[in-house]
Amino acid sequence: MENKLRLEIVTPYGKVLSEDVDEVMTTGSEGDFGVLPGHVNFITTLKICILSYRKENDTKFVFINSGYAEVTHDSVIILADSAELSDEIDRERAIIARDRAEERLKQQEKIDIARATSALERATIRIQLAGKR
Amino acid sequence: MAGLKEIKRRITSVKSTKQITKAMKMVAAAKFRKAQGRIVQLRPYAEKMYSVLGSLARNVESVHPLMEVRPINKVEVIVFSADRGLCGGFNTNIMKAAVKLVRELQAEGKEVSVSSVGKKSTDLFRRRRTALRQAWGGLSGKVSYSNAQSISGDIIDNYIKGTFDEVRMVYTEFKSAGVQKVTVLPLLPIEAACLKEGSEDMADVFLFEPSEEAVFEQLLPKNIEIQVFRALLDSAASEEAARMAAMENATKSADDMIKRLTLQYNKARQTSITTELMDIVGGVEALKK
Repeated sequence: MENKLRLEIVTPYGKVLSEDVDEVMTTGSEGDFGVLPGHVNFITTLKICILSYRKENDTKFVFINSGYAEVTHDSVIILADSAELSDEIDRERAIIARDRAEERLKQQEKIDIARATSALERATIRIQLAGKR
Repeated sequence: MAGLKEIKRRITSVKSTKQITKAMKMVAAAKFRKAQGRIVQLRPYAEKMYSVLGSLARNVESVHPLMEVRPINKVEVIVFSADRGLCGGFNTNIMKAAVKLVRELQAEGKEVSVSSVGKKSTDLFRRRRTALRQAWGGLSGKVSYSNAQSISGDIIDNYIKGTFDEVRMVYTEFKSAGVQKVTVLPLLPIEAACLKEGSEDMADVFLFEPSEEAVFEQLLPKNIEIQVFRALLDSAASEEAARMAAMENATKSADDMIKRLTLQYNKARQTSITTELMDIVGGVEALKK
């Protein structure tokens, strides 16, 4: 299709999303970027972030748990560890997870700090996203 | 010949066993379908990953620690078995292959450390007094990607630390419901030649952010995760397929046994009736005289 982007989000658990969209916005390791049809080909790593895509006037959000993006002139393929559509996010669970991660980080001892930090990050972004829908 | 009551009792017992094996077969069939579905779902992700990795491997010159070929003194063998039994030769086959591999490596004068995934292999290695470096259990039926991440995380850490110089996985490759094959797969070091194989070159056409090296470095451990995840899923599907076949056979044997016992029962019954009749007839004859 002319002037459309094929957005595919693939995780080890299967395809989360496969749709024709007009614009994709997300956060790469070097900062936010947006993709419109006709973008130059590139590959980047993604952080734990929110991906938003616009289809005509409708914007939707997806939670991306770190991965890679492969962009070509007519497609965006996201390879993520996991991904959740905004209406699939369990806000309660994310809040519990955030509190638990904060608690762990406070104790400081005998914990995997990297793990707790990324758990906190995931939870925070999930909560952010849950508010967006 | 066994008494009538005795045979009757055995028939009932075999029948109830048959019910159990039949139920287990159905459960295994349901789990098997689920496991098979997950293998299929992983495929697009894995394929995409390989193609990106392949094209990067061709263009990145620096040698990543995971690809570095060191003199091999210590070899790690990871054995993927089931948590539960009653799945035919599944666990036995994998253990046989693992033990054989360990012996071969030892014969070559290498130091071997063993890690196990699944309770069955853990138990068996304990019984053989083989020291296990790591044992993961309780994964059967609920394998998740985070399991693969924690396993591969541990392996990668130890590999980089130099705990071992080579890693091989022994797992059951899933081919189809009828065919599963025990496979030994080298996991580390990652062979550059292997990555480059069969993927189109895309580095000329793609820009990399932050850089080719950085993306490559992040993708390599991911590749390990995927391979471990694949082994876990394959192993899970094979386990259920093997259990399905084993239970199918058990149900069939139970049927045969019931048939044989029923025949025996009927024969015994007939004999006893005949004997009784003879007695009565004999008695009547005696009375007549």
